[in-house]
Amino acid sequence: MAMSKRKRAQVIRWVQYGILVLAVLALVVFADWGKLRHNFFNLEVAGSMFPDVITVALVNTVIYTAMGFGFGLVLAVVLALMRLSQVRAYRWISGFYIEFFRGLPALLVILAVGTGVPIAFGVLIDKYTAIMIALGLVGGAYMAETLRAGIQAVPRGQVEAARSLGMSPGRTTVTIVIPQAFKIILPPLTNELILLTKDSSLALFLGASIAEYELTQFGRVALNSSQSLTPVLIAGFCYLIITIPLSYLSRYLERRTGGAKISTPESTEVKA
Amino acid sequence: MSGEDLNTDTAADLAVEVTGLHKSFGPVEVLRGIDLEVNRGEVVCVIGPSGSGKSTLLRCVNVLEEPTSGTVVVDGVELTDPDVDIDAARTKIGMVFQSFNLFAHLNVLNNLTIAQRKVLKRTQAQAEATGLANLERVGLAGRERAMPSELSGGQQQRVAIARALSMDPDVMLFDEPTSALDPELVGDVLTVMRRLADEGMTMLVVTHEMQFAREVADKVLFMDAGVVVEQGPPEQVIGDPREERTRTFLRRVLNPTHVDQTD
Ligand SMILES: Nc1ncnc2c1ncn2[C@@H]1O[C@H](COP(=O)(O)OP(=O)(O)O)[C@@H](O)[C@H]1O
Ligand SMILES: [Mg+2]
Repeated sequence: MAMSKRKRAQVIRWVQYGILVLAVLALVVFADWGKLRHNFFNLEVAGSMFPDVITVALVNTVIYTAMGFGFGLVLAVVLALMRLSQVRAYRWISGFYIEFFRGLPALLVILAVGTGVPIAFGVLIDKYTAIMIALGLVGGAYMAETLRAGIQAVPRGQVEAARSLGMSPGRTTVTIVIPQAFKIILPPLTNELILLTKDSSLALFLGASIAEYELTQFGRVALNSSQSLTPVLIAGFCYLIITIPLSYLSRYLERRTGGAKISTPESTEVKA
Repeated sequence: MSGEDLNTDTAADLAVEVTGLHKSFGPVEVLRGIDLEVNRGEVVCVIGPSGSGKSTLLRCVNVLEEPTSGTVVVDGVELTDPDVDIDAARTKIGMVFQSFNLFAHLNVLNNLTIAQRKVLKRTQAQAEATGLANLERVGLAGRERAMPSELSGGQQQRVAIARALSMDPDVMLFDEPTSALDPELVGDVLTVMRRLADEGMTMLVVTHEMQFAREVADKVLFMDAGVVVEQGPPEQVIGDPREERTRTFLRRVLNPTHVDQTD
């Protein structure tokens, strides 16, 4: 007798639960818990990392990310406006910039800025500046494309209303278009912030003093001296403290802006 | 009207004067020689089928669209002159759109005040006082903290009217202000417009509301395919049209019970 559809779905679900239970059991039976605890959850090693992992490393990660994000955002506004400019040369330069930096590994840019700039321009830049510039250059390229899309998503009627009230094109862009564009792109911008948080780990490839360590470098140095993976685990946990709330924020914003979008219909003019 | 104005020529009484207006989008000629005059304090309604160029005409009057040829003069200022400060001129021309176009990121009060402050350089207090007075004028006193998305279409459109009025314009342009509204919300907007007309506001209104045009307009223009086919007082253009094209159009828009008035 053939099983009903419903019955079969139930059986498949039970099989899936069964596989999960077996996998967990296997892990419990075969894993060497003593070794694991020593290697991953070594309290002694963990204790030696505090409070510096928070007060120095986590703080530096946040600072590097925030500076890179801030610089990138400013760059993105300029690039997005250039991309939408009437002047062909601006559009071209901006387009080239965006393709260029989106096509390169962030690590390469960090190395180029950190070691290349002092050689090329004969100026010494501190690590904070180097990271800010490098993360900003890369993040700016991505955010420029996002912002351009956001600007183009602002209904034309908004611009026409502003112009009909006597606002100049520049003032319309600044007071009407850009604020609405940012509201639209808040979710993807939050995602970009998460990516930059992780990319700030690339700072590890630039020489640094202990006070300049961010999470990854801090974890790696502790790893070398302790022979335990505990520092990596703790550093990872610290990243998640930043990124998971941001991820939730992004999803929340997406739901909110997705629900209440822009009040004016976009294309009524076509109907008229 | 002052004494001198009476014996000078009509030019001083002309709020809008459009002469020989042509507008093409690429190879398509949408406006094919329009002449239009709106006197101060007059209400002129523009009617006509969809796609006949009514919106384009209105948008040429405040140069949201650049005319291909012809002149547009508003308040004695030739807007088609390339040396004219178009932003300054537009502060005197209020525009109300079919799709309201309230600034979506600003609450009602800021919608009313932003251009007053940024363009007319009024103080926050001045701008708010003017804005709130106009909000009351459109029957929405107390809604100044609402966001546009929290308002019905009819309320949004009335805020849009208040926003335009807050600039103290000499002329108001309306582009099918009730076409995007649910039928039960049309009345409130028309009431506001009627009151504006009674107060002596100069208005150029594109509309499909024949009852409104008939009762409020001093002059009605019927447009078709980029030309003014017929113009005159509403009782003539709507009540007793001379042109066959006008009659065909009116038969289609007026509901059957009113058809007998157009025969
Ligand atoms: N920006 C534009 N580009 C190209 N064609 C346009 C544009 N705006 C309007 N048109 C065309 O011009 C004609 C008249 O449009 P419109 O003035 O909106 O008519 P109405 O308001 O009377 O319905 C239509 O055929 C429309 O497709
Ligand atoms: Mg139209």
